[in-house]
Amino acid sequence: MDMINLKIDGFDVSVPKNTTILEAAKQLNIDIPTLCFMKGINEPGSCRVCVVEVEGWRGLHPACVTKVSEGIVVKTNTSTVREARKNILELIMANHNRECLSCPRNLKCELQTLCNDNGIDAIPYEGKVDKGCLDTSGPIVRDPNKCVLCGRCVSVCSKMQDVSAIDFAFRGAHMTVTTAYEEGLASQECINCGQCIKICPVGALQERDDTAKVWKALENPDLHVVVQTAPAVRVALGEEFGFAPGTNVEGKMVTALRRLGFDKVFDTNFSADLTIIEEGTELINRIQNGGKLPLITSCSPGWIKYCEHNYHDFIENLSSCKSPQQMFGAIAKSYYPVKADVDPKSVFVVSVMPCTAKKYEADREEMSVDGLRDIDAVITTRELAKMIRQAGIKFAELEDSKQDSILGTYSGAGTIFGNTGGVMEAALRTVADKLTGKSLECIEYTAVRGLDGIKEATVNIADMEIKVAVANGTGNASKLLDKIRAGEANYHFIEVMACEGGCINGGGQPIIKDKSTTDAVKAARVKGLYDIDVSCEKRKSHENPEIQKLYAEYLGEAGGHKAHKLLHTHYTAR
Amino acid sequence: MKKAMSMEHLDAIEEIKKANLFGRGGAAYPTGIKWEQAYAIQKGPKYMVCNADEGEPGTFKDKHILSEDPFELIEGMTIGAYIMGAKEGYIYIRGEYAAIQKIVKSAIENAKKAGYLGKNILGREGFDFELKVVSGAGAYVCGENTALVESIEGKTGRPRQKPPYIKNCGLYQMPTILNNVETYSCIPWIIKDGGEKFSSMGTEFSGGTKLMCLSGNVNNRGVYEIPFGITLRELIYNLGGGIKDGRKLKFVHLGGSSGSCFPESMIDTKICYYDLKKAGFSLGSGAVLVVDDTHCVVDYLKTVMEFFEEESCGKCTPCREGNHRLVEILDKMTEGTATMDDFNKMKSLAQTMKTTSFCGLGQSAPMPLITLVKYFEEEFLEHINGKCRTGVCSMSGKAGK
Repeated sequence: MDMINLKIDGFDVSVPKNTTILEAAKQLNIDIPTLCFMKGINEPGSCRVCVVEVEGWRGLHPACVTKVSEGIVVKTNTSTVREARKNILELIMANHNRECLSCPRNLKCELQTLCNDNGIDAIPYEGKVDKGCLDTSGPIVRDPNKCVLCGRCVSVCSKMQDVSAIDFAFRGAHMTVTTAYEEGLASQECINCGQCIKICPVGALQERDDTAKVWKALENPDLHVVVQTAPAVRVALGEEFGFAPGTNVEGKMVTALRRLGFDKVFDTNFSADLTIIEEGTELINRIQNGGKLPLITSCSPGWIKYCEHNYHDFIENLSSCKSPQQMFGAIAKSYYPVKADVDPKSVFVVSVMPCTAKKYEADREEMSVDGLRDIDAVITTRELAKMIRQAGIKFAELEDSKQDSILGTYSGAGTIFGNTGGVMEAALRTVADKLTGKSLECIEYTAVRGLDGIKEATVNIADMEIKVAVANGTGNASKLLDKIRAGEANYHFIEVMACEGGCINGGGQPIIKDKSTTDAVKAARVKGLYDIDVSCEKRKSHENPEIQKLYAEYLGEAGGHKAHKLLHTHYTAR
Repeated sequence: MKKAMSMEHLDAIEEIKKANLFGRGGAAYPTGIKWEQAYAIQKGPKYMVCNADEGEPGTFKDKHILSEDPFELIEGMTIGAYIMGAKEGYIYIRGEYAAIQKIVKSAIENAKKAGYLGKNILGREGFDFELKVVSGAGAYVCGENTALVESIEGKTGRPRQKPPYIKNCGLYQMPTILNNVETYSCIPWIIKDGGEKFSSMGTEFSGGTKLMCLSGNVNNRGVYEIPFGITLRELIYNLGGGIKDGRKLKFVHLGGSSGSCFPESMIDTKICYYDLKKAGFSLGSGAVLVVDDTHCVVDYLKTVMEFFEEESCGKCTPCREGNHRLVEILDKMTEGTATMDDFNKMKSLAQTMKTTSFCGLGQSAPMPLITLVKYFEEEFLEHINGKCRTGVCSMSGKAGK
């Protein structure tokens, strides 16, 4: 490999060709501050926070996008560099709505840290530029006046998610990140995935805060408030309270939810198992009866909206199954009231989701049965953490406790739903048993695991070659569907997760402040889920005893009339 | 063009090198070297692009060529296409030159009808060149070559990270030869009469003639073709007929809005890239804006910075926010409410903008400020003390001569 020798701050370093000054400095443990830079996603070199001096070169240069060259002498810490960085940060701060104390990003804000680290003690400028109105039209709330125009959200939305709901508009000091015709995000092709929130360095993007709605319900004596928590919440919530990423805090979470006042604490893992029964049955039916293939999973509401906007010709391929969140709601307002002897109208269902699109999904018009909404309120992992803090609960010191019966029992399959490839693996475990009529012991479909963009596998079940694919993120889903359209690929079953990594990396998960650790955090959360899977007594959805009981006592046949009424839905070309 | 077609490609480039022709758009890169480098690139297709986005206040020389002699430009580009083997070319003309766009389009049509453009030019099999006019949407930054190329591609005109330079990776990511109207227009002359003859009209360091735009408080405003080597004083007083109404020259703003401002004491500098550089200035596009002593430097500067505030594309922080803040401080200065802290901040900010901005616009926008502060610091300090010597600025009643 061609190596380049250079000097940074007086120290020699040798790095491969095409390395940037930023990366080379890292080798020497020199930390050059950045703001707009996100490796591989957003490298415009535009915020100029990372500028450094290179001897003999005119002006200063952004370390993030400037490649090293042989023999250069770089200085990252001179008075010129410090003055430039200070001036640049002051400029950004001057046009930033500095409501730090009341900002949801307080203490998790990259700009705040940069300003602290670089000695910004006063803002020497006066006026602000009005960059637009607060957009509260949907589950993603945008505050253009907090936006620092780094473009990270724009890049994630277009390059990673292939959505492009937002972009830069206008010029000079009036430049802003906005939607087409500056209309509300809700009217756009935004899929509410919330990846923009996760990547925003400041508080310009947030989820709609629904905690007040939940507090109000909890304090209403006429309501029977039940809560479900999605699989991926338990391996990330701990991060908000000082636990290492991936730590399974399920027991403490359940205790905390009881302390918050929920009447029953249930689990989305339960309805994930239920989804597998329905979706698995649907797959077998389609394969055996010449139905529309490939069947595409429908658990990720961001993906569903993406498909409704962009791939009308694949709408019939979508599984008609509601997502685990919605199935839970439908069961919590039908079967559960019968068993618990409560009035279905008094049941108020709260979801704790790693996902911002779940707020949108719950709001979809068709998500109700007999006039009762499936879900009444959705909060994210972050919002739950906020409620726990508001209630003065010392989370780390809580004892563990278990979910309530009857909607709290789950299998390992229901758990791994929380990451990419999980739905596929869970489905294969059940489908294989159903098709072979045996209880197979080999259940770990590792080919569909991992954080690759597109994973493909051919699984031999009962002398049948079942071709499956997993698309990780909507950008990859789009590539996969284009291949199918072009006749270059053919599958029986496809899983799509709108967010890369699946729910463990959902738009509602805790913010990873140090973005260089994102991959490690994602991997730790994934490991957390597979650890739970392995520790489960039952690892296949159809072996979940409460699910078996639900069908035996209430639903009858999987895919049957009652199941259809409660657990299935339809889609709209948008 | 017939002569060019009889020459070896590298010989034609050699003539341009001998001509000592520097890019007339402002950056003053040696054209022969640029063409030689572009010629050596082994990928294609290659594109010829002309920057006719002349949008800097005080600069109107390209307008003259475009409207009076568009064939000169077309011929220059076609010779370039012949040398480079380019099949397509674009003339990017600012939207405000709508009438001129029509003239150029009709010139292209006429050239095509006469066999000077299109397929098999002048009967030479395989020598095809199509030329199109592209209208800018009215953004000064689109004069920056990467922003211009982005704009032709249909994107918002914002600069790209360099390297790669557009000669390697320009329009549609292909090698692109981009020159100013005036530069291309020199090519036919150089090929016809030879590089040495062209060069002999200039100085040792700057070949040929230059179109200068004389404007401001001068009697004979307009476009002048001058040989390199005459002084600014000769241009202003001999050709330009001196300052209007017999006033005193206060300063000259050279090279367009992003150029330097310097006092009368320096106008004996020769118009020559080398001499000007030695004095700390650059010729830029060749605009000479004459400002007499009825003007206030702070007020003048505010007007200039308002232009940049408006024209910054917004991509990078120092330019987007910096120009806005400079105007804010200058506003305070003209109102008599600025402090020494503001003045010091303004100087520091201007340096940061110069050294950290993404493209040439942001880097050069503070140049008039930096030079005016250098030569007229006293007037800035007077404003901080609530006085405008020319009485132009509003000082809450405190203004006075």
